[in-house]
Amino acid sequence: MTGSPRYRLFVLAHGRSGDKGDTVNIGIIARRDDWYEYLERELTADLVHAYLEPLDIGRVERFELPNLGALNFLVHHALGGGGAVTLKLDAQGKTFAQALLRMPLTLPDDLANTVLAHWGERLPPDCVLRASD
Amino acid sequence: MIRIAAAQAFWGDWPQAPALQVRSGPIDYLVLDYLAEVTVAILQKQKARDASRGYARDFVTDVGVLLPELMERGIKVITSAGGIAPRACAEALLAKAAELGVSGLRVAIIEGDDVFDRMGTPAGSGIDLSALDRDGPTLEEIGPRLTSAHAYLGAEPIARALREGAHVVITGRCTDSALALAPIVYEFDVAPDDWDALAVGTVVGHVLECGAQSTGGNYLEDWRRVPSPETIGFPIAEMEGPDRAVITKHASLGGLVNAASVKEQLLYEIGDPRAYVTPDCVADFTTIELVDEGNDRVAISGVRGRPAPETLKVSCVYSAGWKVTGQITYCWPEALAKAKAAGDLVRRRTESVLGHPFETWLAEYVGASACFGPLGEQSEPEEVMLRVSARSPDRAACERLGRELVGLILTGPPGATGYAAGRPRPSEINNIWSGLVPRSQVEPRVEVLG
Repeated sequence: MTGSPRYRLFVLAHGRSGDKGDTVNIGIIARRDDWYEYLERELTADLVHAYLEPLDIGRVERFELPNLGALNFLVHHALGGGGAVTLKLDAQGKTFAQALLRMPLTLPDDLANTVLAHWGERLPPDCVLRASD
Repeated sequence: MIRIAAAQAFWGDWPQAPALQVRSGPIDYLVLDYLAEVTVAILQKQKARDASRGYARDFVTDVGVLLPELMERGIKVITSAGGIAPRACAEALLAKAAELGVSGLRVAIIEGDDVFDRMGTPAGSGIDLSALDRDGPTLEEIGPRLTSAHAYLGAEPIARALREGAHVVITGRCTDSALALAPIVYEFDVAPDDWDALAVGTVVGHVLECGAQSTGGNYLEDWRRVPSPETIGFPIAEMEGPDRAVITKHASLGGLVNAASVKEQLLYEIGDPRAYVTPDCVADFTTIELVDEGNDRVAISGVRGRPAPETLKVSCVYSAGWKVTGQITYCWPEALAKAKAAGDLVRRRTESVLGHPFETWLAEYVGASACFGPLGEQSEPEEVMLRVSARSPDRAACERLGRELVGLILTGPPGATGYAAGRPRPSEINNIWSGLVPRSQVEPRVEVLG
């Protein structure tokens, strides 16, 4: 397995984020309905919290929407007091979805093959992380 | 069948949208949202300077010119453009109608959302507010700094205005999704306890309330594949009855409607998806049945609803000091190192004259992971914008920081540019405090003018 590339979450999912007070919500949506099961199993609240922790955030809650092939994460205390008060360039947390979608993942071979077939030529080159990178 | 067309998602949204929605195909209702949470604070400042203001004037400009077509075709308009002065907004629209020779226009206003005067009054005549956020400040702590308090009203008073024959309904503070739910309630005579039908209409409202965000705007799935974005069509909900909607757009306009575009908007700014709380119902987003029918048509049905809460949300604005933000761009060589040095320099210089007057201070390096911060992975960029911000109870401290920042241009690292906008000015911070009030203490009022 050491030679196989890792892929950013973006190849499996898209999404959108926004603010609710000092909380940011991140909606993560499977690009194919049959990829949702993998996301539900792997993309736990603990994993998301660990990945986003350098951004100085509070606790992370996860909600499942299997009917939409989607997960909703609530990231608490993420905006330094809320959209009206924060000094951050991204005052409304609009880039949190993209930050999370950059997460590198080691995919099972069969899923990686489906991903490659799905994207074909359109696979974004910076979403594939070779072992040497 | 009725067609409800969204045309504005916030004050400042695309100005061509209203005319394109009206002129590019059949619609029955035009709904326009102008009120983000902090918009009320901006309106308050405008009204303090000029008593005839306090509403979204773009509405009168952009929709006023469409009045002859709207009246001729029987298209009704529902909007939150009233802000904190729905009556002034209605009077301005009626004046515009007279100017254009439009007669018989009936404009309804919804009032009763403003509860500020009833806060802190003797028991019995006042309102009972409880905090929504238990971690935040108490009402007592911010009390003297409060400048407004508005309850979020629902679809019921808007539907009442439609029953009274209004062509245009202008609300103040109102739940965004209610603007689209109200015509559904009115047209299909939805009972106030038909929670499932109200939940379908609420989901429709949520899809429409952010305008083009459901039709290919801010579309992350594949932004390159959005057709003709120069004429992006805003969403339209087609409904044969209250239990099922088809989200679509005018065929002659650009943009797209597919499962991905609608899902991105469904997931936007929600909390627990099992409990999307509005004044009209509690909608369960995990029960939405979404079907992509192709040809820019996505069907929504099956949504389950629960009874509306006994409380309404109240949004209060309070003054929370001052902030200032300014920027200078540094180019190669060593763009990032110079931006960082300049950021440190301006902080040391400012503190040498003022001490430590700032509650918070932030230096960001735009072009070098200002968005992703420590998660950034990028190597040396060719140019970096230093963005310095600070917050203080003292306006003069913020003003001084603005002067110190501009002073860097000839006294700091080389290769500085991008400061032509001039000296950064302090702006007042209007923070939001949210609470709950028993709904029996808020009485929405409907009045038809004209």
